[in-house]
Amino acid sequence: MTLIVNGETLESGAATLSELLLALEYEGEWLATAVNGELVHREDRSTCRLSDGDRIEVLSPMQGG
Amino acid sequence: MLELYGTRVSSRLLLGTARYPSPAVLAEAVRRSGTEIVTVSLRRETAGGRNGGAFFELIRELGVRVLPNTAGCYSVSEAVLTAKMAREVFSTNWIKLEVIGHHDTLQPDVFGLVEAARILVGEGFEVFPYTTDDLVVAERLLSAGCKVLMPWCAPIGSAMGPQNLPALRAMRADFPDVPLIVDAGIGRPSHAATVMELGFEAVLLNTAVAGAGDPAAMAEAFANAIEAGHAAFQAGMIEPRDMAVPSTPVIGKAVFS
Repeated sequence: MTLIVNGETLESGAATLSELLLALEYEGEWLATAVNGELVHREDRSTCRLSDGDRIEVLSPMQGG
Repeated sequence: MLELYGTRVSSRLLLGTARYPSPAVLAEAVRRSGTEIVTVSLRRETAGGRNGGAFFELIRELGVRVLPNTAGCYSVSEAVLTAKMAREVFSTNWIKLEVIGHHDTLQPDVFGLVEAARILVGEGFEVFPYTTDDLVVAERLLSAGCKVLMPWCAPIGSAMGPQNLPALRAMRADFPDVPLIVDAGIGRPSHAATVMELGFEAVLLNTAVAGAGDPAAMAEAFANAIEAGHAAFQAGMIEPRDMAVPSTPVIGKAVFS
């Protein structure tokens, strides 16, 4: 299926958000995730099922003012 | 001591973490400033990237409290989602709420700001709104549940210093019990001292320190100016007057001719 991860379109067979993060080598306790504009808590990533066309955001801490 | 949402800190300087020449310079500036609160942001991580991790570790090692921001958000929904994601990362209910309304000036969209503040307060956030110096907006933010206000004194990064002192003075007078933090537009320590002399509780800075020739030394200079301004406000300053007033008593003056 086609997913949009941080604005980039890609093909993935990941069934859940945690599988997708693993496949793309996103790891670390500092990541925050959202699917289709809704926050997905760390503990819910393994049960968050993905569908064709889902928009996923993976954010991490960055310098800011 | 400064109290923000029940948390007491001794430093009245809040420091941003952007645009430093290196992480080491940032760390040194934070130490020399004596700040206990730094602002951070959230951005897209690259697949397999470790950018956020390195920065996360740096911030953790500094041992300071984190005030995440929603910088760059132009809509209520973006700002609310970013705030929730920041809470997930930093395990804090604090959020520096920015809803930007104008591309050139980065002026807050005050209508969206009030709406986003109300939503976030309802979600248990402790909101630090980056706002203008408008009193009506300030009242709406307080009604929405904000317990701290962060008015700009000039556009972000402009270093122009306070552009509307009467407005800041009016805000101080109107909300005597609300912690007021000047956020954005400070360029030099004298600007910071000036707003502290008005009775503001604290100053949030970034570019003026990060862009200085020696950021760590400038951070310390700002810390001193902020303390001086605060001490002056507490001590009670005299009012200016049009005419000269001799400092030395005239009585007892010797007559030589």
